Amino acid sequence: MKTPLHEKHLELGAKLVDFAGWEMPISYEGIREEHAAVRTHAGMFDVSHMGEVEVEGPGAPAFLQRVLSNDVAAIGLGGAQYSCLCDEEGGVLDDLFAYRLGGDRYLLVTNSANHESDLAWLGRWSRTFDVAVRDVADRYAMLAVQGPHARGIVSRTLGIELPPRMRVSTARIGNRPALVCGTGYTGEDGVELLIDPGIVPAIWVELLDAGVVPCGLGARDTLRLEACFHLHGNDLSPDRNPIEAGLGWCCAEATGFVGSEAVARARAEGTAEKLAPFKIEGPGIPRQGNPVLSGEEQVGIVTSGSFSPSLEIGIGMAYVRADLADPGTEIEIDVRGKRRAARVASKPLYEKER
Amino acid sequence: MDEANYPDDLLYHDQHDWARLEGDDHAVFGITWYAQDSLGEVVFYDPPVVGATIDKDSSYAEVESVKAVSDVIAPLSGEVVEVNDALADAPEKINEEPYGDGWLVKVKLTQASEAGALLDAAEYRKLLENN
Repeated sequence: MKTPLHEKHLELGAKLVDFAGWEMPISYEGIREEHAAVRTHAGMFDVSHMGEVEVEGPGAPAFLQRVLSNDVAAIGLGGAQYSCLCDEEGGVLDDLFAYRLGGDRYLLVTNSANHESDLAWLGRWSRTFDVAVRDVADRYAMLAVQGPHARGIVSRTLGIELPPRMRVSTARIGNRPALVCGTGYTGEDGVELLIDPGIVPAIWVELLDAGVVPCGLGARDTLRLEACFHLHGNDLSPDRNPIEAGLGWCCAEATGFVGSEAVARARAEGTAEKLAPFKIEGPGIPRQGNPVLSGEEQVGIVTSGSFSPSLEIGIGMAYVRADLADPGTEIEIDVRGKRRAARVASKPLYEKER
Repeated sequence: MDEANYPDDLLYHDQHDWARLEGDDHAVFGITWYAQDSLGEVVFYDPPVVGATIDKDSSYAEVESVKAVSDVIAPLSGEVVEVNDALADAPEKINEEPYGDGWLVKVKLTQASEAGALLDAAEYRKLLENN
């Protein structure tokens, strides 16, 4: 599948890769440059492959409270909240943002690889609620504009007011209704724009002309890993619960959400493994699937690994034996047969000096 | 180096490596413009040790970009007599000057006659066109 910006990516000479069935740009000029643009200026990502689900009806608040791990009742009008979608065993089916657009109207933004299965899951659990669950992915193109100058440029260029962080507001972009979300996946300030697919190419060009640097999924991945944001399919999966993933903060078991019993048990009893961010000390770049060693014993597995453009070292996240997950713990990563010294770090792996 | 470039004085291996013959039994190895362009910005070069024996068509080193790791295939067999230590601090030289400062190893060849099986620049360009 192609996003409405496919032609624009080709014009810019992007390297394209298949991502969950979508032909997406991995980079334009280079991952390091794009990464740096987001950390120091402003970059934009075509994330139109992400899915959107509208949940509307008198039963919407109660329904979402039932299926999402976070306390949905805490989302005020125009609010945004991160949540896990768990199965009955507490396995993470997806992680997503819920935006409250109206009193009984919400928008969920799903990972593209999980969009169809999320829809089926939500549809199944919605039957006993007075609520409509609609696939509205075709209605929106999505642009993430991120970086210290992103908000200023977007506001000036598009002539719109922006919501504060973790809020959503409506706006007219290209004379069409749009949603502006004060969220992102880079660890920088910025916005995510949900725009009419028909006008997104024109908006892309306007932002490009205003100096926003086009960035691909390569930089998106290195940015999110430095910020220790999870990637579903790597760091989150139906085989892992939110507690071992370090996402206990977005689980409100008292709400009785699907999977809450299992999550409560994991929280009370502890988990055998925990997701730990780590930095390589010396040469070597860890990759997904590399074994984690302590002495001669395998004690975990890397779920995300990369070169960090900001720190210029190898970094990653790994599920490791719980007693080895504390910051400062020395571990080794088996990078294709070579043992690389590493140390468990605290979150985030990279933080700008403020 | 932004434009594809395959110097005529080099020999090429179909796994996108080059060899520059020096004297009767020495050669310098590196990766081609195409290889570095496919890989993207190189951030790490993991060289063999001096004295290591390397075999034609087998991996002797690794180069990594932000996103991917790639084995480097030996175009010829021999013993490593020098590695490009400067790449430890400046692996981007592999992108910037794949045939110059981005060279990877210098090798004393054990079977110099193997060079007959390598491609010249015109043959290598043709291989890329047919890819």
